[in-house]
Order: sequence, then structure tokens, then C-alpha cells
Amino acid sequence: MNPFQFERSSSSSEAILRMGKNSRAKFIGGGTNLIDLMKEGVESSDFLLDVNHVGMNEVLELPGGRIRIGASVTNSDAAYSGLVEERFPLLRDAILAGASPQLRNMATCGGNLLQRTRCYYFYDLATACNKRENGSGCDAIAGNNRIHALFGASDACIAVHPSDMCVALATLNAEIHVLGPNGPRVIRIADFHRLPGNDPTRDNTLSRDELIIAIELPPSPLNHHYHYAKVRDRSSYAFALISAAVGMNLEAGKIQSASIAMGGVAHKPWRDSRAEKLLIGKRPEIRVFRDFSEAFFKSARGLGHNNFKIELGKRTLVRALEEASLK
Amino acid sequence: MQKNKIEASGGRGSNQTFKSVPVTIQVNGRKFTCDVEPWTTLLDLLREKFELTGTKKGCDHGQCGACTVLIDGKRVNSCLTLAVMKDGAEVTTIEGLEREGILHPIQKAFIDQDAFQCGYCTPGQICSAVGLLSEGHAKTDDEIREEMSGNLCRCGAYPNILAAVKQVLQEKKVSP
Ligand SMILES: Cc1cc2nc3c(=O)[nH]c(=O)nc-3n(C[C@H](O)[C@H](O)[C@H](O)COP(=O)(O)OP(=O)(O)OC[C@H]3O[C@@H](n4cnc5c(N)ncnc54)[C@H](O)[C@@H]3O)c2cc1C
Ligand code: SF4
Ligand code: FES
Ligand code: FES
Repeated sequence: MNPFQFERSSSSSEAILRMGKNSRAKFIGGGTNLIDLMKEGVESSDFLLDVNHVGMNEVLELPGGRIRIGASVTNSDAAYSGLVEERFPLLRDAILAGASPQLRNMATCGGNLLQRTRCYYFYDLATACNKRENGSGCDAIAGNNRIHALFGASDACIAVHPSDMCVALATLNAEIHVLGPNGPRVIRIADFHRLPGNDPTRDNTLSRDELIIAIELPPSPLNHHYHYAKVRDRSSYAFALISAAVGMNLEAGKIQSASIAMGGVAHKPWRDSRAEKLLIGKRPEIRVFRDFSEAFFKSARGLGHNNFKIELGKRTLVRALEEASLK
Repeated sequence: MQKNKIEASGGRGSNQTFKSVPVTIQVNGRKFTCDVEPWTTLLDLLREKFELTGTKKGCDHGQCGACTVLIDGKRVNSCLTLAVMKDGAEVTTIEGLEREGILHPIQKAFIDQDAFQCGYCTPGQICSAVGLLSEGHAKTDDEIREEMSGNLCRCGAYPNILAAVKQVLQEKKVSP
């Protein structure tokens, strides 16, 4: 790791001021991604600001059935908080499918949103990677692209976002509350992460000096028929090859509404609202789920090594929908 | 001086502008106060400065669990923890589990069930199991396997590790 100065911030406004004064400064939450990447030399900073003690460590109930998860709440505390378990069990299951108990005890919800891709080339300084250094090229495109994107990739980058939590947040239409030098703003989860386009260095639409304050979840009818399915190379403690966060609202044997996001397939959690409409008013049957997954994957493009993820993805979707409907 | 040289900063040479910061950490009931370079991990601090070498460095990247310790009762990977961030915290390592010569029930169960071979992953496995027990989420075999999945064992002692954790869960059921 490169040497750096360290400071513990005591308020969010102070943290933002500090950030504005040093263009190489970075916030640190649990450190499980940042420290890892700094050890590899992929990230560097000369000033780390600890934002774990600025009063963002509670899960709160808001009027109207909303809940607010502070940015420094750990992944474990979020998953096992009574409010999340009771109202957003899909989010609990997605969080608990990620990393390990030790890592979840350290990782914060703010940091989880901003964790960087696990593309092998991104981690390997000896290779070309536009996400590390834009313009250097992308060794994954003609290289080993087994874990890479099926949707929304560009000629510059084919990486996927690795988070489990964020896939459930996409299904649940979460809002990300942030604070910057110009005050607070709210970013819908769908607009938070971005596609790589011609600037893969940017994973999301947050500015460097904006601090994530909280994740808010609007009330959801998806707390009964839900399922998080994760397919990975070993049965635990591995990133998703494919994941699906599924929720549906069933009445009188028919699907009233459905919300579906997939992980491991794009630079951001992937939703297809047009395909989702196909489910409305239908009976929760395999045939319906198969039609849906065909529609969802219609625009998927394999890159060679990852072609298997198209069939795997379709089957994972059908399985997740089936599990959700039977719950 | 030699002793204060922390591995994480090794080889990078001069860093006059980056000051060490005073940190007080309670380790196994003993208070340690010292100056640490901000880029020192808790793992390196424990091993290199406090000479508590029971906690092991496997991967140094959060991928194996060998470095697991308990901070304020919660299991974490000390290799991804900056020591400066734990100023004021209470840390328990494998060296701190035994009480007046009596092994922690998990330590005893690891011996009873022959739950280690080379022993390199064992301090991490044991600290992780202590965390698992206090969290209280794992009951079935599959839940124990899942909740112990943050600790890899290169020797493959997994069935015996599972048996050791089960032994203590059983004992707890009998005498709470
Ligand atoms: C071995 C291993 C396996 C893993 N497996 C999985 C897995 O299966 N699934 C999964 O989803 N994840 C997995 N993870 C990733 C893990 O979930 C992330 O590392 C973690 O969520 C990041 O959170 P953190 O608080 O530690 O972030 P940090 O490392 O502290 O920060 C990450 C980034 O966010 C920024 N940041 C932090 N807090 C804020 C804030 N409040 N506002 C603005 N910026 C902020 C930092 O500056 C940094 O750039 C794994 C990690 C490891 C090491
Ligand atoms: S896919 Fe993206 S992250 Fe991976 S090497 Fe290419 S540019 Fe880098
Ligand atoms: S040494 Fe910390 S997890 Fe491997
Ligand atoms: S006993 Fe050898 S690594 Fe686990």
C-alpha cells in the first residue's frame, strides 16, 4: 500500500469539506474493497477519511412504510435488522449471499454500492484496462471473458458489477441519498450505476466529493413472493456468475406486478421493464416464466467464454421465478 | 527501530510527510498504546509489533479467513482492517480465548474432533467459530457450513471442523 494520511471524520459536512480540499482523498467505509485494491496498487490515495463515525449507522423506520439504511451500517447489521428481515427479506437474502460472515461484519452498505468490478484484468497491473487507465485498452475483450457482461457492454469495457446487495436494491427500487458540496440529492438505484460507454473509469453517477448518506426503500408488496438466486463456481464465498433478485405480487392466482433484476450480466444490475410487463395478469407457470426469460435475454450478446451464461441466466431466472411464486 | 518496521510499509522508503498516529487498542484484555503508520493493517500490527503471531496471514486479501480475529466481539478479517480505524477497540485473538489455563470450549472441541491437520487455518477457524456461536444464526449442518465458509482449510479438515462446531452447539443446548 502507498503511504497516506488518515483522519476520522466526525460529521458528514466536515467530511465533504475535507474531500473538496484534496483531489487525491478518498472516503473509507469497511475498507474491504478499497484496502484490497490499494494493496494491489489498483487504487491509491494520499488521504483516507473514515466516515464510519458521522452518524450514519442506523436502520430507521420512516413514515409511510419506508425504511432508511444508513451508509455505514454494516452488511450484517442491515441483513439482520428486524425492519429489513420483516419488510425486505429479498434484500436480506441477497446480502447474505455475498462474501463471508467476516467480510459482511466489516463491509458497509455505502461501500457495497461502490465496490469495483472483479474483472481479473482490472486487478492485474501488467495488463491493459480502460477502467484502470482509460485509453490503455481492454485485455478482457480478446482474453478470458468468462465472467463478463452479456448486456450493455462497450468496445471499451465489458466488466460486470459484482454486488449481490445492489441486485436486490434494483428490484426494490431503492433510492440512494447523497450529500455533496451543493447539498443533498437523491439518485434512483436505476440511475446510480452506469454503463461503461467510452469512460469505464466511472462506475456510477456519484461525484468524487459526494458522500453516500443512506439507502431508502419505498414500501414494497414484494415481501411474500420473492427469491434471490445466485449461481457461482463454488457453493459459497464466491462472486456470482449469474444472480437474479425476483419479487412478484400474486392475487387470485395471477401476477399483479413483478420486479426482476439480474446480477453478473452487466456493468449495473440489469432490469428489463418491457419484459416484466409480459408477466402481468398471467398465471405463475413455468411456460410463462420461460417466455419471460427468453424475452429478457433477447438482446444478450455472448463474448465467447461467457456464452454459457446466456442459457445459465435463462434457467436461473425461471428457477427464481418459480421459487418466488411457490413461497 | 527494526522492530517497529511494519511489513505493509516495507520497501516504500521515505514518507516524512505521512505521520504515524497514536492508537490505543485493547488486545486480549491488555491495553496497548503505540504509534502506527496509517497504512498498517491490524494483522501486521498484531504480528509484527505486538508479537502475537497466533493470527495467521494467508492471502492478505480477505479471501481465506486465516487472519480472523474478534473486534468488539465480532469476527472480521484483520488483513483488510486498518489499525488506525480501530483506535479504542477491543480485539480478541486466538491467544486470548483461554482462561486461566482452561481452553475455550471451541478450542477443546477442535482437539476432541481432530479438527486440524497442519494447523495454519486453525486460529482463524476458531475465532470465526466463536463469532458464529455468539451470532446465533447457524443451527443445521448446512447453516454451520455456510456460516464457516469465510475460512478456507487447505488440508480439507472441513468435516471435523463442522463436528467441532456442532459439539459446542450441543453442549450449549445441554447447559445454556
Ligand atoms: C474475498 C471477497 C469476497 C467477496 N464476495 C462478495 C460477494 O460474493 N458478493 C458481494 O456483493 N460482494 C462481495 N465482496 C465485496 C464486498 O461486498 C465489498 O468489498 C464491500 O461491500 C465494500 O464495502 P466497504 O464498506 O468495505 O467499502 P470500502 O472498501 O470502504 O469502500 C469502497 C469504495 O466506496 C467508497 N465509499 C465508502 N463509503 C462511502 C460513502 N459513505 N460515500 C461515498 N463513498 C464511499 C470508498 O471511497 C471506496 O471507493 C467480497 C469481497 C472480498 C474481499
Ligand atoms: S473489461 Fe473493463 S475492467 Fe476488465 S479489462 Fe476490460 S476495461 Fe478493464
Ligand atoms: S489473510 Fe486475511 S483473509 Fe486471508
Ligand atoms: S488444517 Fe491445514 S489449512 Fe486447515
